Amino acid sequence: MAQWIEACGKDDIDEEDVMRFDHGGKTYAIYRSPDDKFYATDGLCTHEKIHLADGLVMDNIIECPKHNGRFDYRTGEAKGAPVCINLKTYPVKVDGGKVLIDVG
Amino acid sequence: MTNGMVIVGGGMAGARAIVNLRASGYEGAITLVGEETLLPYDRPPLSKAMITDEQEPQPAWLLDESMLVSLNATVLRGVRAKSIDRASKTLHLEDGVSLSYEKLLIATGAKPRRLTLPGGELGYTLRDYADGDHLRNRIRNSAAVAIIGGGFIGLEVAASARKLGAAVTVIEAQPRILMRGVPQEIADVVHARHEAAGVAMQVGTGLSAIEIDGVVLADGRKIKADIVIAGIGATPQTALAEQAGLAVDNGITCDATLRTADADIFAAGDCCSFPHQLFGNKRMRLEAWRNATDQANVATENMLGGSKAYTAVPWFWSDQHDLSLQIAGVPGDGVETVRRQLSDQAFIIFHRDASGRLVGASGIGPGNSIARDVKLAEMLIARSAAPASAALADASVGLKSLLKG
Repeated sequence: MAQWIEACGKDDIDEEDVMRFDHGGKTYAIYRSPDDKFYATDGLCTHEKIHLADGLVMDNIIECPKHNGRFDYRTGEAKGAPVCINLKTYPVKVDGGKVLIDVG
Repeated sequence: MTNGMVIVGGGMAGARAIVNLRASGYEGAITLVGEETLLPYDRPPLSKAMITDEQEPQPAWLLDESMLVSLNATVLRGVRAKSIDRASKTLHLEDGVSLSYEKLLIATGAKPRRLTLPGGELGYTLRDYADGDHLRNRIRNSAAVAIIGGGFIGLEVAASARKLGAAVTVIEAQPRILMRGVPQEIADVVHARHEAAGVAMQVGTGLSAIEIDGVVLADGRKIKADIVIAGIGATPQTALAEQAGLAVDNGITCDATLRTADADIFAAGDCCSFPHQLFGNKRMRLEAWRNATDQANVATENMLGGSKAYTAVPWFWSDQHDLSLQIAGVPGDGVETVRRQLSDQAFIIFHRDASGRLVGASGIGPGNSIARDVKLAEMLIARSAAPASAALADASVGLKSLLKG
């Protein structure tokens, strides 16, 4: 069942950047792509549970700040060593300057 | 019938080599020979979580049985490679088994240097899982720990032992800790953090002996300790290559494609000496996790017929207490430094050479606070960029904008 939660304001994240969002005991990463779309994934790297929001966004890739595991944040797809498990993604919508994610 | 691609060494480089051979489409046999009885595992936790975690540790596997089945690779464990017969392309193992190879990858790593002073054999070292398991138990049963050497391993173990409540003394003969490859400003932060955590830091202090109940300093003082741990560097494991008549120059001598003088033999990881094209073809040997990973990728690609040069920017990290430091490039090639303050406790030192080119970046801060900017610096270094000092120093100027500019 859909459960839309307000994660942040649209302008809280720069283009090609990422922000951490904690809710209900879980941590998420919210992304704004270079073409100004918003995405959300689990906040922790599947390799060693590091906060991805400290990592670098380049184009559509988020790179873990610890061991450089890379994911396509649009799909969650792991893009090579050391990560091999995909990131879970969440639906996102923008409503009146607010970014909402479906954590349901 | 050959054993196909044969890998000697079951560390990160060896494990990665198996994975990348398959990822590159190789379908023949793969055989890895490792001295350890365990399957390949990740080493970084050994000095940190392995010692401090309350729950009984277990190896962080890089490969497990099911992965080896799906990769269709054979791992021979607990056996040493004895010699290479290059003429017949055969690897002889100590247990009498012989493997014929199409291509051979030597990824034998490095072994900790031992203390050579009187009583040196009483000092423990840390390299493999068994060492980590041993240190974990010994430190937990020790009131006082003495650590010889203020390098990364020694300091990480010092932080872990302190976290467990032991009285810890670090003894470093050089005038400061982290002399090799870490700028003074960052070493000073690390030093202060250890002191704040209650570690006794004895720098510029020589040793005269190790005894059963502690360490005797050069000036005659005795530091009591229940366990003495030496972190005084590592020696590349080159004996197999040397026996085979291959050149060794602080590591197995390879070209930029990580190939030795023998077209069928390659090396990767801590044991590999190679010329780095990004740094004037200076010969390097790197002891780092990422280097082992990346070199295995390049070496295996070239074992399959490629001719790719290894040009990755050197990069490593160390976690101590709540601080993480990361170094990219070759800071020692710099003649000028520029400091960028990211926050109260986090900063990066950029290293520029005489022409203004960025050749290194050294950062320290809590958690992963410097990771993103060090990564961007690494990308600038890879491009041989020469950003203006003022832009590097100004934290309001995004490094990403310098990369795209």
